[in-house]
Amino acid sequence: MDFDFIDYLTGQNIMFVVLSAIVLGCGLMSVLSTKILRAATYLFFTLFGIAGLYLLMNYEFLAAVQLSVYAGAVVVLLIFAIFLVKNLGHETEKVSCSKKGIAALASVLGIVMTLVIVFNEGIVPAVVGPTAPQVDMQLIGDTLLGSGKHQYLLIFEASSVLLLACIIGAIVVATKSKEEK
Amino acid sequence: MNLPIEAYLVVSTLLFFIGVFGFIARKNLIGILMSVELILNAVNINFVVFNRFLYPNELEGMIYSLFVIVVAAAESAVAIAIIINVYRKLKNISVESIESLRN
Repeated sequence: MDFDFIDYLTGQNIMFVVLSAIVLGCGLMSVLSTKILRAATYLFFTLFGIAGLYLLMNYEFLAAVQLSVYAGAVVVLLIFAIFLVKNLGHETEKVSCSKKGIAALASVLGIVMTLVIVFNEGIVPAVVGPTAPQVDMQLIGDTLLGSGKHQYLLIFEASSVLLLACIIGAIVVATKSKEEK
Repeated sequence: MNLPIEAYLVVSTLLFFIGVFGFIARKNLIGILMSVELILNAVNINFVVFNRFLYPNELEGMIYSLFVIVVAAAESAVAIAIIINVYRKLKNISVESIESLRN
């Protein structure tokens, strides 16, 4: 038993344990914290840890996107929204115990069910551990902007249209109407 | 020795259900939005892990999680616009206060 443990004590595994502790701990704190501004800060660290997990699996580009889009844009947007909504940053949120109990029950049941499925499925990985080399940047570009098989130009363009629609929609929804002014 | 794929799946499962817990238990809209982000991130971890462990020479999982990130960013922008609009109308962003859609 002791020998097995030493066997697993590689740098990569230690980093994995540290990163998942950050992800899960900060995620839990982000959900449980009563002050919404603190919750946003914990969410930031969770997203940071997830970017670390991507780096651990040799997906440098995905980690960079995760950092710039989530940690850079989404969390900043959330914090701005918290500041725009008056007093929310200092206000504490009171949730009834029964609601928390129901939520905890649902989550624990879900966790147990999913873990049973995961451990009984017998997934056979093609490789042992995330040891594959990092993805070539040119390959990512070709995959995103090619129109052949296993290439995603159409989805790329659709997501650009989606972003445009979201910008317009956000502006339309968030601007004050004339009678309010 | 490397950790098995199940270790990664356990992390993503726990993160997903932490998000579900927050989605049910939170009262204000921004908190719910943050829980949704946690759920989407758990799904992303799953995509990437399956891509890396089962099909190390393909890119599908990575591209899918890229698009999930894009859609999540768009979704949070629109959601925050709606939240600010709700706050302007009701001076409150707790879920209980939003009952005008019901009538």
